[in-house]
Amino acid sequence: MLRFILQRTFIMVLTMLALSLVVFTLVNLEPNLRKLALEQNNNRMSQEAVDSWLDKNGYRRPFVVQYGEWLGGVLTGDLGYSTRFRMPVNEVLPKRLGYTGILAFWVLVTMVPSALLIGILSGMREGTALDRILSIFSVATTATPEYVSGILFTVIFASMLGWFKGVSNVNNITFENFTLPVMTMSIYGMGYIARMTRASMSEVMTSQYVRTAHLKGLPFRSVVLKHALRNALIAPFTVILLQFPWLLTGVVIVEKIFNYKGFGWALVEAAENNDIHLLLACSLVSVVVVIGTQLISDVGYAYLNPRIRVES
Amino acid sequence: METINFWELWGGVAYRFWPVWVGMAITYLLMRANRKHIGVFGHLLDSPVGVTGLMIVLFWLFTAVFADVVATFDPLEQFYRHRRKPPGMVELESMIPMYFGSDNLGRDLFSRMVYGSRFVLLIAPSATLVAFIVGITLGLPAGYKGGRTDSILSFIANMILSFPVIVLFYLLVTPGIRETALPNVMASVFFMFPIVFALTVLRSRFSERPGLLFPWSVIILILGGWLYSGVVFNSDPLGLISMDPNELNIFAAVVFASSPGVFRIVRGLTMDIKTRDYVAAAQTRGETPWYIMLWEILPNARGPLIVDACLRIGYTTILLGTLGFFGLGLAPESPDWGSMINQTRGFIRLVPTIVLPQTIALASFVLGLNLLADGLREESLKD
Repeated sequence: MLRFILQRTFIMVLTMLALSLVVFTLVNLEPNLRKLALEQNNNRMSQEAVDSWLDKNGYRRPFVVQYGEWLGGVLTGDLGYSTRFRMPVNEVLPKRLGYTGILAFWVLVTMVPSALLIGILSGMREGTALDRILSIFSVATTATPEYVSGILFTVIFASMLGWFKGVSNVNNITFENFTLPVMTMSIYGMGYIARMTRASMSEVMTSQYVRTAHLKGLPFRSVVLKHALRNALIAPFTVILLQFPWLLTGVVIVEKIFNYKGFGWALVEAAENNDIHLLLACSLVSVVVVIGTQLISDVGYAYLNPRIRVES
Repeated sequence: METINFWELWGGVAYRFWPVWVGMAITYLLMRANRKHIGVFGHLLDSPVGVTGLMIVLFWLFTAVFADVVATFDPLEQFYRHRRKPPGMVELESMIPMYFGSDNLGRDLFSRMVYGSRFVLLIAPSATLVAFIVGITLGLPAGYKGGRTDSILSFIANMILSFPVIVLFYLLVTPGIRETALPNVMASVFFMFPIVFALTVLRSRFSERPGLLFPWSVIILILGGWLYSGVVFNSDPLGLISMDPNELNIFAAVVFASSPGVFRIVRGLTMDIKTRDYVAAAQTRGETPWYIMLWEILPNARGPLIVDACLRIGYTTILLGTLGFFGLGLAPESPDWGSMINQTRGFIRLVPTIVLPQTIALASFVLGLNLLADGLREESLKD
């Protein structure tokens, strides 16, 4: 097990290195550098001025030198300087990640229980009217991307009904302005988890030991709660963890729609303004999140289901 | 301001779509008549979910085909006197109603929605097809041979997948990038795959029969080379095939983002199928590895792959919408659904209905593809 974790961590570091090289190459393309120079100087600049600005600030040095400098900084815990926010990345990133953490926390708290409930209710009696309705609901939610549902919810709940606010604020999170972002994200992710739970639940419900429990004369409720549920929840556990990478992309769209200035918003700002160090730091964070959750889900899966052995 | 009432509005919309209804009816009847001969699509007609999905997809397909007939206005024409109008308002010069109202520049939302289907139905399926060919060409050997090929390809695929899609697009689909050779380089790599794939299919099948292999290879090389030069380098000698640099850029980025997913699925399916007896039989017969991969394993993986293709066209549609939503890559006046959502969403407070046509169009198309995939999966599991 330890070897498996070490191996995965090694792959993660390797991916981070490779990815940072790719991003570094892309942000150092000439048009992107010019964009950066113009943004830093309020867009009024001649071609010569752009060139001399880039020269002066060291963007024209050899690729290896620049990359080595950045890598050296990262290894000593310094992620560099954000040109967009005009402060060190180490000050920008944790704050923004914290805001997104709050958002992600509430999304998970609302999404996971409702998705499991929907999946269990529709999977325990396959083919009934309730199952059909819940399944169509799950398909509909996965088919509606956040930039569609977020806007539809804003039209319905903010413009027409006036219950919530369509614009969020990280410094003053209230029920009115925080409900719509959380709702948009959790409803989009809900359908997928619910479908996985349903599939797993309906498979378990046809298994031998559930039939035995039925035949023993146990009431349906205790068959579901005591026998079926525990085994049916192993597969969704993985799915829930693998939702994290998706949360990351979803966060970008939702934070942009509702103007919630968290990690996703910072990422868009960095990308729009070619903020090299911030963009690299954001990429590293996303690799850690994606591969880290994969690792946790694999290890957790082996722990929950002793029949599975982790192979290294 | 003249307006039409609720019934005139929806009656008029239903009437405008007449070629679409006719097309859907003909397709449905043809499918019913030939249901024995069209494989899993014939079984699909037994599943209500699948038929619903199929009908939604066909609706948008025929809308894209007959967009010129269905639309009432030019999608780019701006009526300055009719900006941000609610649905059902009549345009005063032509006395044609603007069924779904107009956007912030006074363009007819109904016509824009109808024309928007063209962009999506052109790019999404073709980008998915190319992504599938790339994924299959790389996934088959990775799953079949394993070893170092597999490790390297899987590492690259996982690397691309662990990257937030939106950053990828910000780096790859910007006007600045179009000045560099990068989109053309990417496209030239990706469009090489269909040609290589077709040649490999031929070679593995006809390696014993040079009389067939040779002429077919020449035909593929000429046809493929012609399409390739037109699409990638915009230098088709006949001047028939060309692709807008914008669209080529988007195309390459979308293929890049979605082929690793296909690769993983194909690799997994191959690893599963290669343990079957018929593969062992082919190995014993002394067939070449590529013959086994393309003619034994791939046809037996088609069920899950068709289902995945339906879902993936949906994801690609969502991706294209995301691009439009972030204002990346497309011309600003382009009537694609994602850009329309982005342009109109600021006016929700003034006219709540202004965002509805494009949002509902996009969601319904993806929903249709999802239902179709569900129906196909359900019916293919029954056998």
